[in-house]
Amino acid sequence: MPSATATVALRAEGVSKRFGGLVAVDGMSFALAENEVLGLIGPNGSGKTTMLNLISGATKPSGGAIRLYEHDISATPASEIARRGVARTFQIVRMLPSLTVLENVSAGGVFGHSRRWGRDLEDHARDLLRRVGLQGAGDASVSALTYIDQKRVELARALASDPKVLLLDEWLAGLNPTELRTGIALIEQLRAEGRTIIIVEHVMDAIRSLCDRCIVMNSGAKIAEGTPREVLADPEVIRAYLGDADA
Amino acid sequence: MNLPAAIALSHREQIKLLAGVLIFGAAALLPFFNTTYWLSIGISIAMFTVLATSWALFSGPTNYIALSTAAFFGIGMYIVGGGLPYLPFPALVLVAALAGALFSAVVGLATLRISGVYFVIFTLGLAELVRQVVAWAQHVMGTSSGLYVLIGISDQAMYWLLLGLAALVFLVGWAIGRSRLGFALRIIGNDEVVAVHSGINTARAKVVLFVISSTFAAMTGALVAPRWSYVEPSIAFSPFLSFEVVIMALLGGVHRLWGPLVGVIPFTLLWEFISAKFPSQTTLLLGACFLLIVYFIPRGVVGLIEDFTRERGGAIRDLLKRWTGGHA
Ligand SMILES: Nc1ncnc2c1ncn2[C@@H]1O[C@H](COP(=O)(O)OP(=O)(O)OP(=O)(O)O)[C@@H](O)[C@H]1O
Ligand SMILES: [Mg+2]
Repeated sequence: MPSATATVALRAEGVSKRFGGLVAVDGMSFALAENEVLGLIGPNGSGKTTMLNLISGATKPSGGAIRLYEHDISATPASEIARRGVARTFQIVRMLPSLTVLENVSAGGVFGHSRRWGRDLEDHARDLLRRVGLQGAGDASVSALTYIDQKRVELARALASDPKVLLLDEWLAGLNPTELRTGIALIEQLRAEGRTIIIVEHVMDAIRSLCDRCIVMNSGAKIAEGTPREVLADPEVIRAYLGDADA
Repeated sequence: MNLPAAIALSHREQIKLLAGVLIFGAAALLPFFNTTYWLSIGISIAMFTVLATSWALFSGPTNYIALSTAAFFGIGMYIVGGGLPYLPFPALVLVAALAGALFSAVVGLATLRISGVYFVIFTLGLAELVRQVVAWAQHVMGTSSGLYVLIGISDQAMYWLLLGLAALVFLVGWAIGRSRLGFALRIIGNDEVVAVHSGINTARAKVVLFVISSTFAAMTGALVAPRWSYVEPSIAFSPFLSFEVVIMALLGGVHRLWGPLVGVIPFTLLWEFISAKFPSQTTLLLGACFLLIVYFIPRGVVGLIEDFTRERGGAIRDLLKRWTGGHA
């Protein structure tokens, strides 16, 4: 677990995002330390994906600032943020259908934070495929893959740039119990490597076992922050989740 | 694996290169057959090969339908027409290339951030805009509406020049396909969101391709200008040309470098026939061709061929499997 004096990898300062009249993210402030695994949880529609979109540059904040290693990236284009070291997966998996599995992974390693090409790139991509458990599938077409395997490809693609900060948006959603165990083990391995990760997840077992710290969002705002054990016992968090279940 | 990574040419690429050299070599023999009719058709085919192939370099991967071919083609033509008294022909072709590159860079930077539909309309308007500006400039300068392009360049020479330019388009297209830029374009064509999140500056990649494609259009206009001894805005900036190029490229298929060529050859021959037989219905027929192609063969003839061989390949594999008891 990172110490109190650890370097801050990512910092959100009063970040807001409005879509017309809807405030999807409302004054979010938090810091992510280097080597930390931070869980971002909250009921459906609470603004988690929007928060990740703001960090990766997919959308721009209406207010506040986001800093990556103290460098303000609030107005930086997504491609530039990727080069500075932020990589992500998407809530709804995004494959490049006309590219092979190996090319899908390679796509993440050419233009981003680390840049490889030629043999070097191919070796790196194959190595990542092996690590996510897809060795030998490099030449397959992505449409031939199962859902979990597509998720593995997407994770390998995100890792291909050797990111400084990795954003996982419900990477474990839609997996069956066996696959879930494999998936958690995979993220556990990333954690053991000392990677800096934000995990958006509904699977509470995963949050408990993977996260150093948790932030709970509701209606775009932060309602709790602490260890998974603390926040999951917080009455306001319980109310937010139950309220969501009633609706 | 199709990553254009290795520096050395693979065996397949060597074969492709050899095939390309043989085809271009054979095509270069056409003027020795001494038929003016076929040489003139050869010039049209070579011209449209350059235009359609370079058009597909940009529009194939990006899916942006550019109708600006005529704008850049016309600029090239006018640079030769207007510059002949001052500079030799080869220098003017280079000036045309430079002008096409600069102008398309400005246009690309201004428009490639807008979405596809608006881009189509903008590029269509561009040729008309340039045409009006040229006509207005000629009016202001008090010259006549056209320009005489009087230069002794034989049909043979023009044919060989266009053929050389076509070879250059193929070389450039092949080099792009092997480069990071080519890989970036394939990613953009698949999913632009993934592309930007992988660190690709999508706007820049599109502008670069648009500039390459437009530069070739300007050079083509410059090279063929002497074919019309009298150049007028309505000839140089004809929107008809832009549509012809799109139709030929789509007919052949834009997902392979040699795809547009497969459309150019039959279409030029057919068009030669149609415009001789039904000179007043050409616009209507062109429109009809466009609709038919987009509806029935959206991936072009090359796409059809690929589907066909894949099905056949599958059928043969199934057959083998049955014969060998499922161990094929
Ligand atoms: N591009 C957009 N335009 C308008 N509204 C949006 C947009 N993106 C998200 N929203 C709205 O913002 C709110 C937050 O959505 P978001 O996707 O961030 O929630 P979430 O916490 O990721 O939910 P889930 O757990 O269901 O994935 C929702 O009300 C959503 O409808
Ligand atoms: Mg979400």
